[in-house]
Amino acid sequence: MYAFDYHRPTSVKEAVGLLTDGAKIVAGGHTLLPTMKQRLAAPESLIDLGRIPDLVGIERTPRSLTIAAMTTHGAVAESAEVKEAIPALAELAALIGDPAVRHRGTIGGSVANNDPAADYPAACLALGATILTNKRKLSSEEFFLGLFETALEEGEIVTGVSFPIPHKAAYEKFRNPASRYALVGVFVAKRPSDIRVAVTGSGSNGVFRWTEAEDALAKRFSPKSLEGMSASPDGLNSDLHADAAYRAHLIGVMARRAVQKAADR
Amino acid sequence: MTSVSLTVNGKAVTADVEPRTLLVQFLREGQRLTGTHVGCDTSQCGACVVHLDGEAVKACTTLAVQCDGRTVTTIEGLAAPGGTLHPMQAAFREHHGLQCGYCTPGMIMTAVDLVRRKGHHLDEATIRHELEGNICRCTGYHNIVKAIAAGAEAMAAEPVREAAE
Repeated sequence: MYAFDYHRPTSVKEAVGLLTDGAKIVAGGHTLLPTMKQRLAAPESLIDLGRIPDLVGIERTPRSLTIAAMTTHGAVAESAEVKEAIPALAELAALIGDPAVRHRGTIGGSVANNDPAADYPAACLALGATILTNKRKLSSEEFFLGLFETALEEGEIVTGVSFPIPHKAAYEKFRNPASRYALVGVFVAKRPSDIRVAVTGSGSNGVFRWTEAEDALAKRFSPKSLEGMSASPDGLNSDLHADAAYRAHLIGVMARRAVQKAADR
Repeated sequence: MTSVSLTVNGKAVTADVEPRTLLVQFLREGQRLTGTHVGCDTSQCGACVVHLDGEAVKACTTLAVQCDGRTVTTIEGLAAPGGTLHPMQAAFREHHGLQCGYCTPGMIMTAVDLVRRKGHHLDEATIRHELEGNICRCTGYHNIVKAIAAGAEAMAAEPVREAAE
């Protein structure tokens, strides 16, 4: 990788002050460092958020679970609070990468990167999470804009994600066995007000909600409601791993499994 | 250059490094600890797994500067002083858990971390699932899995010092 300057601020304020034009933020580094090794990214400086105490931790209130940005996937997967409040979220975290990757990768890095095959964006969208930054609070719909694109502005850093606690939820992922990214991942959430189904790994514009399935499940929360349904292949990715029609089929299969799993909770 | 100070296998180390120096380069080229291997260099294969503050991480995807003030343990830090093998190393030898040996340091570091997280009684399915970040291109997984199950039990029976952690 190309040379860069390295900064390790101890507060979010200090980090924001360092966030100049050629700078990039590094959280767990498991997307950015490989990208820099390939010389696809060449930031002039790296701002490491790894030593900001405020950015680590999990907080439970009666109605929500707030996970600070630098909390690792491993910590979320093993957190008793997460398992109790939103078990689907702990299960999702346990399916990211492999054990060593989960010890470094963070929730803040995942949402800020908005990889179209990342897992957390599906949980955020289905659960109706609020993305917290140093400047404001954004709904997931406002935050995730498209392929690797978010609503983050200049000088804005994700500080955490707040998840309302659903009645029931589940995540089903069809993993690419080599990369362990989602070929298709479906997160289903039965919330107090509505039912949401969010799909990752498939959309050519990133994570999206499968509204036909949501409507069908609103009548009855059962895999039977989705029998025979598959998503529209329009707007789904076709690549060497799977074509759009296959992904569309898998979305139906994963959604039925997720609903079954949630209903059994 | 940036100065880093960290503990490697129980010893305090201070060095000037370029910020782009990977932990694995720092260990192999700077500290001559060549037991940690570079396989894929893309955080897939696990040959470079070391412990950072006791947790398994891929040293090819961690910068040396990120380890400032922290504790790193490599495969060289597992055996007791005098060379008595760590029970997990002994189990790999006993069960022939290696063929060419290239993936072995990463396998063993991952296995020790697995025992820390999941305990001493590990079934085959758990071990195989937990090894998904470690690739053996000799495809010798069968004996690796047996070695880890035995090593995990041996670690319970024979509590050793906490390596260099």
